[in-house]
Formats: sequence, structure tokens, C-alpha cells
Amino acid sequence: MLRENEYYLGVDVGSVSTNLVLLDERERVAQTLYLRTMGRPMQTIQEGLRMLRSEFSQAHIAGVGTTGSARQLAATLLGADVVKNEITAHAVAASRLHPGVQTILEIGGQDSKIICLRDGVVVDFAMNTVCAAGTGSFLDQQAARLGIPIEEFGPTAVRAEHPVRIAGRCSVFAESDMIHKQQLGHSLPDILAGLCQAMVRNYLNNVGKNKEIISPILFQGGVAANPGIRRAFEQELGQEVVVPEHFAVMGALGAAFLAQEQLASQGGSGAGSRFRGLQLAETTFQAGSFECSGCANRCEVVEIFEDGQILARWGDRCGKWSAANKAVALSPHGAGKKTQAGIRA
Amino acid sequence: MKVTFPHMGNAWIVIQALFEALDVEVVVPPPTGKGTLNLGTKLAPESACLPLKINLGNYIEAAAKGADTIVITGGTGPCRFGFYGESERQILADAGYDFEVVILEPPDGSLWGLAQRIRYLAGSKNSWARIVGAVRFAYEKSVVLDQVEDLVHAARPRFGDAVAAEKLYAKARQHLIEGTSYTSLHQVPLRLAQAIRDHQAAGGSGDKEPLRVGIVGEIYTILEPFASLDVEQQLGALGVEVDRSIYLSGWVGQHVFRGLAQGYRPLRAYPRLAKPYLGHFVGGHGLETVGAAVNFARRGFDGIIQLLPLGCMPEIVAAGILPRIQADFSIPIMTLTLDEHTGRAGLQTRVEAFVDLLERRKSGRLKRGSVLSVAGK
Repeated sequence: MLRENEYYLGVDVGSVSTNLVLLDERERVAQTLYLRTMGRPMQTIQEGLRMLRSEFSQAHIAGVGTTGSARQLAATLLGADVVKNEITAHAVAASRLHPGVQTILEIGGQDSKIICLRDGVVVDFAMNTVCAAGTGSFLDQQAARLGIPIEEFGPTAVRAEHPVRIAGRCSVFAESDMIHKQQLGHSLPDILAGLCQAMVRNYLNNVGKNKEIISPILFQGGVAANPGIRRAFEQELGQEVVVPEHFAVMGALGAAFLAQEQLASQGGSGAGSRFRGLQLAETTFQAGSFECSGCANRCEVVEIFEDGQILARWGDRCGKWSAANKAVALSPHGAGKKTQAGIRA
Repeated sequence: MKVTFPHMGNAWIVIQALFEALDVEVVVPPPTGKGTLNLGTKLAPESACLPLKINLGNYIEAAAKGADTIVITGGTGPCRFGFYGESERQILADAGYDFEVVILEPPDGSLWGLAQRIRYLAGSKNSWARIVGAVRFAYEKSVVLDQVEDLVHAARPRFGDAVAAEKLYAKARQHLIEGTSYTSLHQVPLRLAQAIRDHQAAGGSGDKEPLRVGIVGEIYTILEPFASLDVEQQLGALGVEVDRSIYLSGWVGQHVFRGLAQGYRPLRAYPRLAKPYLGHFVGGHGLETVGAAVNFARRGFDGIIQLLPLGCMPEIVAAGILPRIQADFSIPIMTLTLDEHTGRAGLQTRVEAFVDLLERRKSGRLKRGSVLSVAGK
């Protein structure tokens, strides 16, 4: 059990946003940060830590979980206690905050997924495969093209009276179809609502194909901020779609819950968190890479340096480099330097 | 004449042994890598399936080592593999590579035609008895190879140390390459099993019984770790024991020997198992995928993963049927679509999430089971 001023930290580093969540001793969300990753995950994580430190200077972090496409990077930097894929993290957050949820619709910056739960256990899931049509980045792009802030996209779409039908199978064709509809003189709300419907149809036909969508249905991820999409889902499914309070940071929240579970399970052993401290905000991290010439695979091995010292390596198929740094990533702060010779050898 | 052939996982070990036994000069293409795929992607039509692109890369890399003749098997039915030999010859010719292509299949059903092609490759110095002997030995090698791969599937999740399992695997493969007698071949799996036992006795494994996942789908993607982005190895590292619907020797037995030999994992039972869902041949191994999924479900596997190279028609048919098997047997099934654009990170996320799903399901089931057993007492 946590004391006052003790928190679990969940970090979700995705393609578009980096989210941090602090969970307090009563499992309440004490802080959420939603930062734009802008292709610089390490700096963004540090930026997040800096913001947390200025606001929670007395805070003690009892456990850290990371998720998202840069989960491994984040875990190495922070010294995470648990590293989980975003599907599991989203499912955990949803079922902790809304016990009984049976379907999760999640649309993020560049991916979209559907997760089916029964009795609190994930029984099926799907993720968009070869195409990113109908994810957050596409909406961002279209909003920019139409010259409206993304925040107004949804509210404008909801005002539509006669949504137009837009071909949503491919984002390139959707765009040209939209332009065509504009030239015909359709109103902006009608076009935006049509785009929302096209996106939802596309989602249900691809990601949602063959999946049993039963209520309670949660809609989360950055795109859930858009009431137009939510309304299109409700119309298409004929069921209520709930957007949870912390919809934009559910992945990070799930990671925090998983950290809590992890620390609880190792509670008896007396081992504490591997978190390396909020002062990491002031450290200099650098990333490099090289092509391993050990075999024909020619893996691109990524190296992370902390203040000029090697912290971790990965990206190799055989495990030659990453196995050597396992000891580094999993050991407490400082042990990395000792094993460095081992890695080089 | 310098013969080369496309890579398909470890199949090269068997093919090399066959040609060397016949004193035919053979060029094994350099191991498939990113460079191979880049070469193939440049020449192949964009919509061609992934194996064709990798094949082309293999040939070009082999040409640099002096190869001038390609050997490939043929295929029938609505799967593009049947056209591989001829279309690869034309693509290579357009690109300025003048390969002779020998397709090992009975042309228009003529076994005499097939015999002539074999004779062409083997040259006049080899007697038919010697050819048959070499084929039998190579086939035996493929059976042993499958045993080795299966042992590694079992070792990976139990070792906890990813590198140790791969080291034993590489060693066993080396023994297999060097094996020139039936006795030395049969030693290979025994030695590997002993090495695994030794490693475990030295405390190199946990006592947790691993999850079991059946891999079904298109044969090339199953057998070639480069095409499947090492999905078997990834699963092994996550503590999952895998089994496959198709192993090399089973395919050779069915496809090359027309069922006269059955191989390590016979394919014979699959059409019967698939019957309630799919009653006829759909090309490639679509029928086998469905049958194998039923088989894995009946055997109590925790989950099934289907490997589908983008645009593979037989596997698309199977993918449409698998949700029914998932519902009927309540076994989670995931389809992974693979092509040259598939990212490792995306695949890893799906595989990890799938394993989480299986783990949570299993622990939930166990909990319910233990409550019942307590009540029973």
C-alpha cells in the first residue's frame, strides 16, 4: 500500500503523443500529461519528468510501467518495473476503471485497435495492419488542410444536417473525394460528418471485422476527443459508446496499473522499484546506431548512451548485443558501467 | 553447369546434400537478408507475393557467385507458386540474367518428362540407382532437420536464456550439414536432446510449463524465419512452445513424392479434419491451414497463429474460415499478414499482446479450476 506522496508512474510513448500518468495511493489519477512526441521520444520523456518534478517535488515514485511503440526505450531510460505492449495496457486501464467493459475501440495517432473482453479477460483483439487510413494523423492532416483547429473538428461535424458520403477506404482517395464534395458546394459540417462516418465504416470493416462488438463499449485514444467520430460509431453500431474520462492517456494509465500489480506481486520479496529517479530529467541521453556485420542479417543495432556511457543496445535478431545489456537494463542505476566491458568484448 | 535454388529456411542443407551426393556443382545463395529482399523487390511486380521477391534476390546473389542454372519445384492449382519458375525466368531474363530454369514437376503430367529433367541435372555419369540413393538420403536429412527444429521449439521457452537455445540450434545444424551417413544423421537429434537435458540439469530452465501455440499458414512464411520476422523465436523468447502445421519433410513427402513418403509431420490427415469447414482443395496450403487449426484446437493448444503473406489467395480463404474454428473450439486465433513492408515493432506488439491474452486466459482457467477442486474436497 502506498503512503502519501507516493505514486505509480505510467508512461506511454506513441508515434504522435507521449503520455505520463501519476496514480496516487488511492488509485486516483493525480496527474496526466499529454505531450507531442515530435519524433524525439527521449527528449519528450525528459520534458515530462521535468514537468512532474516541478509540480511534485516531494513525490516518491514507487513503481514505473511503460508502454507504446517506444516502450523499450522508455523502460531503459527510466528503469521501468514493467514493460507492456499497448494492447494489454489499454485493456488493463479500461477494465480497472470500468469493470464489465466488453469492447474497447481505440484510435490513436497512427494505429487503431479493437479489444474484446469477457469477464475482465481479453479474448480477442485486432490492430490495423497494412494501412493507416482513418487514424488520428489523417484527421490532423485534413483539419489542417481545411484550416480548422483539430479541436473544432468534432464539434463542427456534430452540427451536420445531411452528412455526405465519402469514400473512406484509402486516405488519399478520401481526400480527393472530400475536395470534390467541397467543390460541389456541400457545407463544412456535412463534409466533416461524412468523413467521420467514412472513418468509422473503414474501421469497422477492417479492424472490427469478425469481432463481436457488445456493450458496454469504451472509445479511447486521442481520436476519442472528437465527438463527431463518437456519434458516427453510435449511429453505425446502434449502441451507446462511452468515452472514459482519461480517454487520451489510457495506455499510460494501464502501464501505471501494471506497475502497481508488479510491485504488489514482488512485495514480499522486499525488492523496490527499479526507477532511476526524477533527476533523469537533467541527464544527457543520446542515441546512435550501427549495422552489425556479424552475419547476413545485417541488423541495425540501436545504442543508447547516458552521459557518454553506453546504457543499452537492441535491434539485433540473434541477441548478441541485447542479451549482453539485459543485465544493464534490469539492474539498478550504475551497474551499467560495470558490464560495459562485457558488452564490448 | 552451376546449380542454385531459392532459400526456404533450412531447406538449403537438404538440397545442397542432394546435389553434392550427385557431384553436381551447386551454389548455395548467401543467407537471405535485407539486401536480398531489396534486390528482389526492385525486379518483382509490386503485387507479387513475398516469397517470389525473396527468391529473385537469392538468384541474383547466387549469380554473383557463378550460378547459371536454377532448380525449383512446380505447383498446381490456384496458387501463384505454380508460375514461379517460368515468371522468375522471364523477370531475370529481362534484367539481363541468363539463367537456365529447371522446374521439377511432371510436365503435362508426364513422369517421363520429369525423369528427363532429373537426368539433365544429374548428368550422364550418375546411374539411376545412385540418383535414387541420393534422394533417399537427402529426404532422411530433411526428416532429421525437422526433428532438430522441433526440439529447438521445445527448448526455447524452457531455457529462459534466448542465446543458449540458439547456440545449441546452430551447433545441431552444423552437425546436420556435416552428416554424410545415416548413422551420423541419426546421432544429431540424440546429441541435441542430450545437450538440452544437460543445460536444464545445470539449472538453465524454469519449472513453468510453457504455453503452446500452433503456427499454421503458407509454407514458405512458416519455414523461412526471415519472412516471418522470426515469429517462432519471438514466441520462444516470450515463453511459448510452438508447433507447425507443416514441416519441410512433410511437404517434400506430399509435394515431391506425391504422398509416397509422409515425412516428419504428415499432411494426410488435414483434409479430413478440415472437412466440416472446407470440403475441397483451394490451392497452396489453404486446406491444410484449416485442417491443422482444427488439429491444434483438438489437441488442446492455447492458441493458433496464422501466417499470411499479403495477397496469398489460399490463405485468404483459410483466414475467412478460421473465426468459425475460433468460435467452435473457443481457441484464440490471430492472423499475421506479412510482406516486405511489415515492421518488426508492429508484429512484436501483436505477438506480445496475443501471448498476454493466452496467459491471462490460462491463469483465469486455472483459478476457476482450483476453486472447483477445493469444493470437491
